[in-house]
Amino acid sequence: MSGFISILLTGLVFVIIYQIAKASEYATILRGEGKINARVNRTMALLLVLFFVLGLYGIWLCHDAMVDKMLPVSASQHGVEYDSMLLVTLTVTGIVFFITQTLLFWFAYRYQSTEKRTSFFFPHNNKLELIWTTVPAIAMAVLVAIGLRNWGKMTGAAPKDATVVEVVGKQFNWIVRYPGKDGVLGKRDFRKINDANNVLGLDWDDKDNKDDIIAQNGELHLVVNKPVSILIGSRDVIHDVGLPHFRMKMDAVPGIVTTMWFTPTITTAKMKEITGNKDFVYEISCDQMCGKGHYSMRGTIIVETQEEYDAWMAKQQAYYAANNAPAAAPAAEGTTAPEQKTDSVKAITMK
Amino acid sequence: MSDVIIQGTNVAHTHDAHGGHHGHEHHEQHFITKYIFSQDHKVIAKQFLITGIIWAIIGALMSVFFRLQLGFPNETFPIMEKFLGEWAKGGKLNPEFYYALVTMHGTILVFFVLTAGLSGTFANLLIPLQIGARDMASPFMNMLSYWFFFLSSIIMFVSLFIQTGPASGGWTTYPPLSALKEASLGSGLGMDLWLVSMALFVVSSLLGGLNYISTILNMRTKGMTMTRMPLTIWALLFTAILGVLSFPVLFSGFVLLIFDRNFGTSFYLSEIFIGGKALPHVGGSAILYQHLFWFLGHPEVYIIMLPGMGMASEVLSNHSRKPIFGYSAMIISMIGITVLAFVVWAHHMFVTGMSPFLGSIFVLLTLLIAVPSAVKVFNWLTTIWKGNIRFTVPMMFAIGFVSLFISGGLTGLFLGNSALDIHLHDTYFVIAHFHIVMGVSAFFGMFAGIYHWFPKMFGRFMNNTLGYIHFFITLAGAYLIFWPMHYEGIAGMPRRYYDYSAWESFKQFESLNSFISIAAVLVFFAQLIFVVNFFVSIFRGRKMTTQNPWGSPTLEWTTPINPGHGNWEGDIPEVHRWPYDYKDDGNGNDFISQTTPLKPGEEAH
Repeated sequence: MSGFISILLTGLVFVIIYQIAKASEYATILRGEGKINARVNRTMALLLVLFFVLGLYGIWLCHDAMVDKMLPVSASQHGVEYDSMLLVTLTVTGIVFFITQTLLFWFAYRYQSTEKRTSFFFPHNNKLELIWTTVPAIAMAVLVAIGLRNWGKMTGAAPKDATVVEVVGKQFNWIVRYPGKDGVLGKRDFRKINDANNVLGLDWDDKDNKDDIIAQNGELHLVVNKPVSILIGSRDVIHDVGLPHFRMKMDAVPGIVTTMWFTPTITTAKMKEITGNKDFVYEISCDQMCGKGHYSMRGTIIVETQEEYDAWMAKQQAYYAANNAPAAAPAAEGTTAPEQKTDSVKAITMK
Repeated sequence: MSDVIIQGTNVAHTHDAHGGHHGHEHHEQHFITKYIFSQDHKVIAKQFLITGIIWAIIGALMSVFFRLQLGFPNETFPIMEKFLGEWAKGGKLNPEFYYALVTMHGTILVFFVLTAGLSGTFANLLIPLQIGARDMASPFMNMLSYWFFFLSSIIMFVSLFIQTGPASGGWTTYPPLSALKEASLGSGLGMDLWLVSMALFVVSSLLGGLNYISTILNMRTKGMTMTRMPLTIWALLFTAILGVLSFPVLFSGFVLLIFDRNFGTSFYLSEIFIGGKALPHVGGSAILYQHLFWFLGHPEVYIIMLPGMGMASEVLSNHSRKPIFGYSAMIISMIGITVLAFVVWAHHMFVTGMSPFLGSIFVLLTLLIAVPSAVKVFNWLTTIWKGNIRFTVPMMFAIGFVSLFISGGLTGLFLGNSALDIHLHDTYFVIAHFHIVMGVSAFFGMFAGIYHWFPKMFGRFMNNTLGYIHFFITLAGAYLIFWPMHYEGIAGMPRRYYDYSAWESFKQFESLNSFISIAAVLVFFAQLIFVVNFFVSIFRGRKMTTQNPWGSPTLEWTTPINPGHGNWEGDIPEVHRWPYDYKDDGNGNDFISQTTPLKPGEEAH
């Protein structure tokens, strides 16, 4: 009932607004249709200018409130270049924005219709048109040049000494695989996947798999100032590894392996200081719609010093040992010195 | 069909015999052939428009629901349960249905409102009227175009009510998510209906588009050379060309998806483990679908933008009482946009794992398209410079169109540049960008068109006061909603999230999200002002008493106030000059109609 009444009331409000509007219109338009009443015309011209001024003020307010929340500190090497390119583009577009919007609203106000005014018959001017074709073209060329230089760098081959890890998406979490002490990720086959004891479908006939370490909690450990090359895959639908702090993003597509690499430059601990947020953590967001749990597909990245990383790695157990040979394997794995695991810099590829 | 014979450009109208004003009353058409299965392009235009408005209300209401969830993730809204039932039990939106709403909002607004509702309406209304034709090249195909759209609409509408819910994989419906029933509830029957509906929509769009092109090329009246056509017609021509060349590609993409879903093929599927088992599909490529989709998807953006550009050009020139500046440059820039629109699609796919080298080529081509867009903006600015501007409602919307087109267009330079896109891709920055430029800006072009040509459609005016209120709330509201989203996007906040509260990186925007949601709800209600104004004005609006209320040189205003099927009583007009002759005609008018012969010694433009 209350719903019915509120609908009725809303309807009534609309009717009233309409009637008032109609009455005011009949009262003002007596000059013949099409022609706008001079007073209305002046009012609208003023309102447009008012909108523009208030709009600028609003932009300033918004910027003031949001600027600190906007761009997180860049935590990767190329992120610094990214930020400077963003600033250049912002400056260029910002200037164009203010000039064109100002002209638009200024012209609208300045050339509002009056009794005396007649318009200036000005159908074309080749020189002007040439100028404003060329200038944007040059500006674009500059932006393209900066963009392609950066793009080449960030999508180029990873440095040879980069650590390799694999990140695999599934509905709705991330699985991380480290190559273990041999530094090589073994073969995997989606047909061998089994949620109980082989979440990535590792091929146990491939000895490179025997020492691979899998973290199913979506936590990725990285060493600060050491390049990392991430192989990205998906078990089911398309996901996307989004790393806002590292200014990186790459889709996880079933059936193909995509890659990204970067060098983290700030440890998680340091970042907690910088942001003043004791709960700070680097997050992996899934940026490609992947189903109902898309919004909760969260991974984390811990960037730490080599020592911390080695200490953590020493505690990890190979996935094979944990799932296939519960009795014997753990002891054998545990004897290896952590340094040897991570310092191995063989050419690393996924087979 | 007894009263009108339409054969070609210069065939005299059968009404001539009756002479004068009352031709139509001699042959009363049945209600059904006159208003429902009509072949009159003007009636079909109204059908497209009204269907589009209904869809726009539905699509906008969906955005209100999901904005409530986004803005107030911890609240409950019992009213949502009233509308959505089980999907919002206890007034809390179910995540599955949140995604269905997002998907449907996109599909409805992009295809049903801003494609069918926009170019369907104005191509149908304006092409014959502005080029001086009695109707479309094939009025029957034109009617079919609407009815295929109607059928497609019905199927899409039905899909909203099925048990597993409508498609929920995003309006782009990327496989494997959209291909596998196990992946999501919405990928079941809802997705099948979505595909069938969209396939019919493509048919509708092609029937319409072919008609628009052949009408423009073949049925122009005597003297109406291509370079005497108003820019609206040029824009609608390029819109139709884009549609005709790109929709079939989308269609093929859909057909392959239907095969993958139902017949066990593996076009898009490879190496998938889902629902506890490995699927037999091997060797397909999920990226292939994205290429096929965006080969339409990007031209689609211009299918949406071009009609607005054309109408804004017309309205800006007309209400500034000044010729459009750089008529040829406007046409050339539209040619540039049309050609480039086909070679920039992969800028939607920079981070899909596509070859980075290929990405660089698309960066170059994408930023190239900014040049013709910039030329258009400068030409619009120069058009109003030193004009004699009448701030009618359509003019207000045309100015708003330019403002929004600038704001939304500039952010395209960020997203088109892959090195910046790598961080901004699929964040709120994208949402802000495309909503401002192809959402709100295209809507402003459409509103300008509706307020401007409403008198031609219904013989009455819409209410100005309501129009101004509608304009200011919508313009301010659009900026309030979408401007702050740029900040969220630069922070990396991903789009299509149901709830951000668990995210350390994005939860600082909680209060901003509430703010945006409140603005969105207000703007939604402001649109209802328009809807009321529109429908009431059809029956109660101030009557048009002269043929040419805006003082426009173009042909549509030489028809009677309520033109019948066939548009002109007597002969169709002959054209002698270009459509922007806003100069003193010597009789106290500040424009010279296209039908006025050149004076001795007067130079043609």
